[in-house]
Amino acid sequence: MSVGGHQAPPIFRRGPAPLVRLFVYVAVALAMLVMDLRFRYLEVFRQAMTVVTYPLQMAASTPADMVRNASTYFATLLQVQLENRDLRRKQLEAAEHLLRSAHLEEENAQLRGLLDMGQRLKVKSVAAEILYNARDPFSRKVILDKGSQQGIEAGQAVLDARGVVGQVTRVFPIQAEVTLLTDKNQAIPVMLPRNGLRGVAFGAGQGVLELRFVEANADIKIGDALVTSGLDGVFVPGLPVATVTRVDREVQAFARILCEPAAGVERAGQVLVIGREAPPPALPPEPPSEPAKSPRRKAAASE
Amino acid sequence: MQPTHRSSRILLPVKRWFVYFSLLIALGLDYIPTGRLIGIPDPVALVLAFWCIREPLHVGMGVAFLLGLLVDVGHGAALGQHALGYVVLAYLSEAVSRRVLWFQPFEQALHILPIFLITQILMTGIRLLAGAEFPGWWIFLGPFVSAALWVPLHFVLLFPQFQPVERDDNRPI
Repeated sequence: MSVGGHQAPPIFRRGPAPLVRLFVYVAVALAMLVMDLRFRYLEVFRQAMTVVTYPLQMAASTPADMVRNASTYFATLLQVQLENRDLRRKQLEAAEHLLRSAHLEEENAQLRGLLDMGQRLKVKSVAAEILYNARDPFSRKVILDKGSQQGIEAGQAVLDARGVVGQVTRVFPIQAEVTLLTDKNQAIPVMLPRNGLRGVAFGAGQGVLELRFVEANADIKIGDALVTSGLDGVFVPGLPVATVTRVDREVQAFARILCEPAAGVERAGQVLVIGREAPPPALPPEPPSEPAKSPRRKAAASE
Repeated sequence: MQPTHRSSRILLPVKRWFVYFSLLIALGLDYIPTGRLIGIPDPVALVLAFWCIREPLHVGMGVAFLLGLLVDVGHGAALGQHALGYVVLAYLSEAVSRRVLWFQPFEQALHILPIFLITQILMTGIRLLAGAEFPGWWIFLGPFVSAALWVPLHFVLLFPQFQPVERDDNRPI
């Protein structure tokens, strides 16, 4: 093997030249990048690699765990008592809502039954904790302490106490990766409860969301709350997502609408991962169509 | 004055297992979740560049590619991003290795800094082309911190190869 930038004399030369090797490796890396970013073909490969790197990652996360736990470890008794009192009060407030919501849910099911509508799908949830932010600075992702063993699946929604935080994008055996709403590649279908206007909110970076493809004359105001529309069949409908903070109608055909996430997207600690119990109903079967035969095959069959 | 290979004392031969062990430790350090702290050095790039310069026949682009993939998996980055960066890093380090070894550790760090910067620019460019959000100029602080760590790293990684200094006034080197 010869060293980069130095050609070995022919009698010592073994294997391809450094520049050739460089180009081969760069080509392979670029091919992998395209396959991963555009087509998502490499998820299986990534899972396999994760199994190998897992022990090392666990060992490496120990210092972060220590830092995270140190703050709770050194909390004083007084702080804990105050927090406890606060939580009890909140629990009592929530209990009232819960009791009423159970009643309302029952009523809703009955009414839907009367109207012959499909029943709302049941929801299952797993409580989890955000361990740390993923290292990649180009995306907004966090790692949860629960994984496929606890029933977390890719595509589920992640909430905190105030609204949607993000979506589970990769699941490992005991960890899961969540893409935050503010990630540039993350989109969430939303609805304006005030007038039923639907749209899709995209991450815009810098901790804000952008509601795209809304006409400039749409009825939308600063301060409007956005909730999930559930049209995607992934998110449960009606979860708070964001509040409109800026509406700019002067730009083009579409208004430029910026929203602030309702949840503490970039700082939540405890989260709830919720998904639908059953997948959304399958599409109706396609009407039987005439089996299309190519003329060439027909000709071949007649021969 | 006759130029000498000043940066080297007479060293013991390198142990293969130590090279790979140090790369593994670097990978472990790289996996430490630092979140969004600014100016985190890249330990894998540092150790990789070090061995590509010191032992270009043992550590090269193949090792760099493999390590890059492992880092990508650990960071949740696009698969191939660090692999690409590290392969270029390994190539450039090998290319300058014959020259760099003539310098003192601090001057070596100045040679390495542009290589780290090129690697970082390459990785950033790839991700921006793929449509990622630009995280801010502070990501280019990392290579500077890495280069600053070159001098201490030089002594840590060469430590197993040092032998006791034996003064002999009659010996030419």
